[in-house]
Amino acid sequence: MIRNQLLVCAGGACITSGEKSVKDVLVDELKKNGIEDEVQVIETGCMGACDLGPIVVVYPEGTFYQKVTAENAGLIVNEHLVKGRTVDGLLYTEPTSERKAQTSGDIPFYTRQVKRVLRNCGVIDPLSIEEYIARDGYFALGKALEMTPDDIIQVLVDSGLRGRGGAGFPTGRKWKATREAKGSPKYVVCNGDEGDPGAFMDRSVLEGDPHSIVEAMAIAGYAIGAEQGYMYVRAEYPLAIERFEYAIGKAREYGFLGRNILGAGFNFDIEIRIGAGAFVCGEETALLRSIEGKRGTPSVKPPFPAQSGLWNKPTLINNVETYANIPQIITNGAEWFRSVGTLKNPGTKVFALVGKVQNTGLVEVPMGTTLRELVFDIGGGIPGGKKFKAAQTGGPSGGVITADYLDMPIDFDSVKEIGTIMGSGGLVVLDEDNCMVDIAKFYLGFTVDESCGKCTPCREGTRQMYQMMERICDGKGRDGDIERLNKLANMIEDTSLCGLGQSAPNPVLSTIRFYEDEYRAHIYEKKCPSHVCKHLLTYSVTPDKCVGCTACARQCPVHAITGEVKKIHVIDQSKCTKCGSCYEICRFSAIRKE
Amino acid sequence: MKSLEELKRIKEQTLKEMDLRQAKERGKVIVAMGTCGIAAGAKDALMAIIEELEKADIHDVKVVQSGCMGLCDKEPTVEVAMKDQPAVIYGDVNDANARRIVREHVQGGNVVADLVIKRENI
Repeated sequence: MIRNQLLVCAGGACITSGEKSVKDVLVDELKKNGIEDEVQVIETGCMGACDLGPIVVVYPEGTFYQKVTAENAGLIVNEHLVKGRTVDGLLYTEPTSERKAQTSGDIPFYTRQVKRVLRNCGVIDPLSIEEYIARDGYFALGKALEMTPDDIIQVLVDSGLRGRGGAGFPTGRKWKATREAKGSPKYVVCNGDEGDPGAFMDRSVLEGDPHSIVEAMAIAGYAIGAEQGYMYVRAEYPLAIERFEYAIGKAREYGFLGRNILGAGFNFDIEIRIGAGAFVCGEETALLRSIEGKRGTPSVKPPFPAQSGLWNKPTLINNVETYANIPQIITNGAEWFRSVGTLKNPGTKVFALVGKVQNTGLVEVPMGTTLRELVFDIGGGIPGGKKFKAAQTGGPSGGVITADYLDMPIDFDSVKEIGTIMGSGGLVVLDEDNCMVDIAKFYLGFTVDESCGKCTPCREGTRQMYQMMERICDGKGRDGDIERLNKLANMIEDTSLCGLGQSAPNPVLSTIRFYEDEYRAHIYEKKCPSHVCKHLLTYSVTPDKCVGCTACARQCPVHAITGEVKKIHVIDQSKCTKCGSCYEICRFSAIRKE
Repeated sequence: MKSLEELKRIKEQTLKEMDLRQAKERGKVIVAMGTCGIAAGAKDALMAIIEELEKADIHDVKVVQSGCMGLCDKEPTVEVAMKDQPAVIYGDVNDANARRIVREHVQGGNVVADLVIKRENI
């Protein structure tokens, strides 16, 4: 008889912070106390609050333990499970009210979310097909097989679901086009090549609820008339691959994949294709070439994959999060899907909330939620009392949303108007200490590395832009650089073949648009207003604050600081390498950085 | 798997196993598991309660543990707190009494008078 269940978050972040040893300790302690038959330990997918990991939730109470370590995990067994005493020290303290949260229902990070795509993540054991079924899993497939393919597609069209990979193309229309395309066989592909720095939405779904994708791909196969599906996922996601592969095996065993599925005479199967992690393979035509075993380079559209995709056959390609919405839309209907979100952007969106924010992690909110709600209500604001500066969305293809737009509802269309993109959902919060020129340089550097090299504007143009950015950050910016960057950016956008090149200049264009003054300060005044760009910094000693403790002089690796005990010290600017170690070590705030 | 009926059967069966994780709204049974309680047999009471609830197919009542309630003399003690009803604390809850409490109070709605040691608001 099971009296308690311990849910241990086995998402990527919790695993890296020591989930495995926590779980081992729990299992050991249960055995030591002889209650291993009464208390079950279950590993789940990502629970979302990644900065609180490793997380252990004790049911039926729902007690939410955070930052559990191998050292204190034993307390959960010996105190909570044996003696019935909540381990107060492991509870989450709400920073504003300083109240201890007993369950996740007491934590604002959770209460403001609407979990649809992530409804099973952190709730079920991703390796248990039975638990997925218990949460209505595979009932959508059963229902779909009793509908006509056209009816299924009509439900999707009515739902208004738009592709969650970034572009927001209407999913129903894509399915319809693939169904109507001439050619056989047809293929279903899932794009799991999530590549934006800091984004991990799709990985978490594949790790936490893999069956939802298996089910959705089978529904897609039936709807468009395909018998073969491919899951394309990058090799950097070994756990996602492992769990998805296991899910495919279980689905075959239960007859949700294979021949004559649920007795409806429909055949479908899925194979995994592992990508080597090239960013360009997230672009659909490059991804399809990679599945075919060719070099991952994009091709001209049209023809679109719906007409001519894998091996020139009609191919439906959707992103992981898009698929994750499908079974619930089939089960609950288009109206249900439209019950949250905005008119043109119904449903929810998963964001990977990272950067300068208190609560980092995976959050799911209705479309049209404002940045203020995301960053301050759910994210808990900026650490260290710093000022919010901007949020970077859309990764290397996107741009920034500034503080002026904190109250703008975020959806596919609104963010486009201010020059960035929704992208797949990476949301990096920046504060006053971030230099926008430096940030733009970082993302541009990423696309320079990831350009496949097929088109000259992308291959050479982004490199030229990067060199210009480097020069600006190094204090060698010249009059006219901003104009040159703009001109080159527009040219790259206009003349690149695929989305990677067309969007590569976005981080630069977007930051020039909102922070031209920072660019000007770098170029004309040779100053970095946020004190980030090393070559534009000067460290000096404020004479009235220096007590002559000699700490900085001893710390300086190049002996650029001179001065005697109890005498004011001086930094020799010709020797200073701007490493900042004097600034770090000074206890009297006597080192000035400007 | 060849039919939706089979799928439904798996769902029902697994839902029972996942039952602990569902929100339970109707009330809770709290078993005091202090050292004194455990020594007096609170573990048996706990397991008996869980078993009896399962037998009676009751899934909307939470069984949780607490520390010592302070009535070491009357251990094992069990508190039944059903929604919209005053909480009742029972003493000397052995296996058989635990089962009676589930059947008569949780299931039947009648307080087990002879085991009561404290009633809220009385």
